[in-house]
Amino acid sequence: MIKIDIKKRLAKDLLLKVNRVIQKGDFLALFGESGAGKTTLLRILSGLERPDEGKIVVEGEVWFDSQTGFNMPVQKRKIGFVFQDYTLFPNMSVYENLLFAKNDRQKADFLLKLIELDKLKDRYPHQLSGGQKQRVALIRALMREPKILFLDEPLSALDVKMRSKLQDELAQIHKRLGVTTILVSHEISEIFKLCNKVFVLEKGEIKKEASPFEIFVEAKVASSFKFDATILDLKEEDFLCVLTLSFGSNIIKSVIPKEEAKELKIGDKVLVSSKAFNPIIQKIEF
Amino acid sequence: MESDFLETLLLTFKLAFVTTSILLVIGVPISYFLAYTKSKLKPIFETIVSMPLVLPPTVLGFYLLLFFSPESYLGRFLEESIGFKAVFTFEGLVLGSIIFSLPFLVQPIQSGFETIPKSLIEASYTLGKGKLETFFKVLLPNIKPSLITGVVLSFAHTIGEFGVVLMIGGNIPGETKVASIAIYDEVEALNYDIANRYALVLLSVSFLILLIVYTLNKKVRV
Repeated sequence: MIKIDIKKRLAKDLLLKVNRVIQKGDFLALFGESGAGKTTLLRILSGLERPDEGKIVVEGEVWFDSQTGFNMPVQKRKIGFVFQDYTLFPNMSVYENLLFAKNDRQKADFLLKLIELDKLKDRYPHQLSGGQKQRVALIRALMREPKILFLDEPLSALDVKMRSKLQDELAQIHKRLGVTTILVSHEISEIFKLCNKVFVLEKGEIKKEASPFEIFVEAKVASSFKFDATILDLKEEDFLCVLTLSFGSNIIKSVIPKEEAKELKIGDKVLVSSKAFNPIIQKIEF
Repeated sequence: MESDFLETLLLTFKLAFVTTSILLVIGVPISYFLAYTKSKLKPIFETIVSMPLVLPPTVLGFYLLLFFSPESYLGRFLEESIGFKAVFTFEGLVLGSIIFSLPFLVQPIQSGFETIPKSLIEASYTLGKGKLETFFKVLLPNIKPSLITGVVLSFAHTIGEFGVVLMIGGNIPGETKVASIAIYDEVEALNYDIANRYALVLLSVSFLILLIVYTLNKKVRV
């Protein structure tokens, strides 16, 4: 069990204030807008940053206590940290990167097999693809058998296909090794796939704590699709009005009664919603 | 004449070698400090290190002469306590060269450190490695091109310096007479062919050194 009760001032009007408990074996997501303090919280827990005050206790072991002034250095905390930008050491081969973390060949071989990269162990980081680098960084973080594994948007630099593959691998590794894992992510689908719990951070505070389903499904969706769109074009034809709308990278045409179009003009932001009775759903193959 | 010629060249390279070796030991920590310090005084430290880049060598030589002359307090103290004489000695030349070549070593290495992403260092920390181990196993091996550049530049620069040497070292054969001084000397005595030989050696050495740097750096770069 991990008990966190910390405060840190991030800016004049932004105070990171967290008082929560994380259960052993949890796969927790920190979700929220950029600047909400997700990464800072991760860095504080890992020991890369120091909170202003509070206490962090991990499985009965004190990692930080401002009252006694104790701050366990990052090197002493049993953690694994996967950064956004791979961070493999360029001067070491894949195998040497793993052994640098802990000189345990058996463990390195086991983890390499687990992600099916044992054939690439003598390659250097510049000879690997982004996905391969990040997978090596992931198992390198597991070499020391961490009590907590921190993942700071580890998949954000990868393409969709690679991301999906890595998500599967992460889920599998978590299932197999059971390491308490904390993931910073913007991606709802990713959180759904991996996590059993979500902290929603807003302006430095955890506003909600629940399962991904409770947070993203029950609260928001009422059996309908909703999205924000911009009106690109508006043409009146007989008693109908044809709207051309853009949302994200898509452009769609839609028809509404002339009456309803009265208040609309080109460039307006609109909310488009539709009942989810009969959508056509197809699996996307990569 | 021939032995004189060799002696002078040998002394020149000995000076460059000794200077660069000492520079490496003191320059790398200085570069590390400058690259990572958050001190507000950083611009001042950087200015001091870089001063020799813009200062006329004769100015530096002049001050060294002043501070270390046997008539000054420091000069007398050093001579009486550890027997160190700076003026008109080889040791004095080394001291002057170290100060004068410092920016040529520090600047490339400092910028090498600065190009290493912070997350790479933090990754090493999260893997349980302390600052010292991170320095030797992660930082240094990954700035090899900068290290080579710094070492070679300061070596080549020491071979080529003239003003400081002339001011503080004078022109004592076998002790302080280096190639660049010898050229000046021989030209003054109208011995153009000897001056020519010195000049040719320096020219070829400079060309070779730079060639090696650029070839190596191309290979090392990942």
